[in-house]
Amino acid sequence: MAMQPFTALDAVAAPMPTPNIDTDQILPARFLKKPLGPGYDKYGFADLRFDAAGNEKPDFVLNNPPYRGAGIIVAARNFATGSSREAAVYALLALGVRCVIAPSFGDIFYSNSTKNGLLPVILPEEAVNRLLALLAGKPGTKLAVDLAAQTVTGPGDLAFRFEIDASRKMRLLEGLDDIQLTLKYRPEIEAFERAYAAAPFGA
Amino acid sequence: MSAPRTLFEKVWARHEILKGPDGDSLLFVDRHYAHEGSFHAFNALRKAGLKVRRPDLTTGIYDHYVPTDAARTPASAEIGDMITLFGRNVAEQGIRAYAPGDPHQGIVHVVGPELGETLPGFLIVCGDSHTATHGAFGALAFGIGASEVAHVLATQTIWQVRPRLLRISVEGRLGAGVTAKDVILAVIARFGANVGLGHAIEFAGSAIRGLTMEGRMTVCNMAIEAGSRTGQIAPDDTTFAWLAGREKAPKGALWDKAVAHWRSLPTDEGARFDRDLSLDASALAPMVTWGTSPEEALPITDRVPDPAAAPDAARKAAWAKSLDYMGLKPGMALDGIAVDRVFIGSCTNARIEDLRAAAAVVKGRKAVVPAWVSSGSTAVKLQAEAEGLDRIFTAAGFEWRESGCSMCVGINGDLLKPGERSASTTNRNFVGRQGPGARTHLVSPAMAAAAAVTGRLTDVRKLAAN
Repeated sequence: MAMQPFTALDAVAAPMPTPNIDTDQILPARFLKKPLGPGYDKYGFADLRFDAAGNEKPDFVLNNPPYRGAGIIVAARNFATGSSREAAVYALLALGVRCVIAPSFGDIFYSNSTKNGLLPVILPEEAVNRLLALLAGKPGTKLAVDLAAQTVTGPGDLAFRFEIDASRKMRLLEGLDDIQLTLKYRPEIEAFERAYAAAPFGA
Repeated sequence: MSAPRTLFEKVWARHEILKGPDGDSLLFVDRHYAHEGSFHAFNALRKAGLKVRRPDLTTGIYDHYVPTDAARTPASAEIGDMITLFGRNVAEQGIRAYAPGDPHQGIVHVVGPELGETLPGFLIVCGDSHTATHGAFGALAFGIGASEVAHVLATQTIWQVRPRLLRISVEGRLGAGVTAKDVILAVIARFGANVGLGHAIEFAGSAIRGLTMEGRMTVCNMAIEAGSRTGQIAPDDTTFAWLAGREKAPKGALWDKAVAHWRSLPTDEGARFDRDLSLDASALAPMVTWGTSPEEALPITDRVPDPAAAPDAARKAAWAKSLDYMGLKPGMALDGIAVDRVFIGSCTNARIEDLRAAAAVVKGRKAVVPAWVSSGSTAVKLQAEAEGLDRIFTAAGFEWRESGCSMCVGINGDLLKPGERSASTTNRNFVGRQGPGARTHLVSPAMAAAAAVTGRLTDVRKLAAN
């Protein structure tokens, strides 16, 4: 769970046009008990990638040679909805995915990803649809993501700007550990706690 | 006079320690619930050389990995290890935990309120997306990931960017056989599984106010299925009556003081929401999901939809994929689809009232497919036994199981077989949620009971009470 900084990325992007791809699909529950470490990539999208015998399913996008090892996923709305399992982020990172671009994300996943150096980029639906069409039409297409500039660029003059909260951007760019950051506020936290305990239920 | 504020704004303001330089807020956490899935967070804490800062404000509850058979036998050594590991982590950090054998063992979102540890106006977090359940009491409660759990353990605080505010008003009277589960499924079906993204939801309106606490918990529980980390309902006399006398609830003069404070929490007249949506309660019917997202739900009187009639290309493809996975054909009547199993359980629908509703349908009938009941907590199980509900279920051929998350998420090994179809009182009909290849139809407890005794998805209103 060490936070790796995210600055910029130039990588192959894989299209996932189905809406509501939930965290149960990204990391099936039976793998939640697995410790982090080598081999964690096997669990990512396991039921979409492999059949019951453990063979790769040819119809899954990341099994298709031009998209294999993609560093970016472009997905439809409500990507990573559902369970709070941060292991969905660990699995994506283990697969080499450092950025997901979608019109919307599950709120908990969005927060989890920014704590682990995976950049979630929100673009309008029509921009995402353009990217999905481009990636499906030209498998292996690379996109460039620049967090400082808040841009996604691609072949030709393809360029989009995205918004991100300043607090999340700063933590991603610098790879800051939240706990160390917060412990600097220890005096403020302790003062708050004293006042709060002295007035239970708002009295 | 100060500007009118929402319930959310009042609770947020009371917990804001400071605003960070980049606009997010550092909030104080009143209560953190931990379960066996918390090992990544405890590992992170250990790695950083830190202790739990306020072990008195974290409560441990065994639910995700615990077996639900009578002997509590772990399905595998690896699952057993997860249970042992949790025990070690809480013991090492001095955290009180409720394990199998304790009357307060159960599902965290059932046990917290039952103990009176969940209170109005509290800020509550847990490494579980269904933490919004506690918002039914007017708490601000949301699910968090392992990094945030580690942060809460180390600091008793959490950084949050303030969400926008969405009010969903459900007005009018619910018809017979229509429950809180049907209300929330109808909300999600109507407005979409992403309607609440980036928002905190307040559920309001006469139909919500008319719900019991159990019903309100069912509604808030599934706020996450509407896309929101948190759902809230204004505390009122129903809330206070439910909490009074609970083990950890305030007592005596402190109780009076607490109630006075809680009465100040509901949203003020004229307070502003970023979005307002509403739904007519009187038009609702018992609901059932037909696809693999909770938004893919319809009244039981309806038919499986045709992807060709989907509103856009993305939904057309998604619906076709869902129907293929679910093994359903467009135009089939939902009422009458044969099921292989029935599961009554989970943090959504396994409280005493849910078991009573299911038992009322089961009484005097026989289950014609394998059916399980796993109570939301051991206390609920004991109460149900005291009321004789267990005998109604077992006489009908149901398995009366111990308490845990069980077949809602299958982490403990309670799974459907590939291709099996279930009617479940749970919260997620995701692909593979109840096991690889498993097909889940989300329904209310009464509808699940109806499916068990007929072997089919069935409009419970057609079954007269015995």
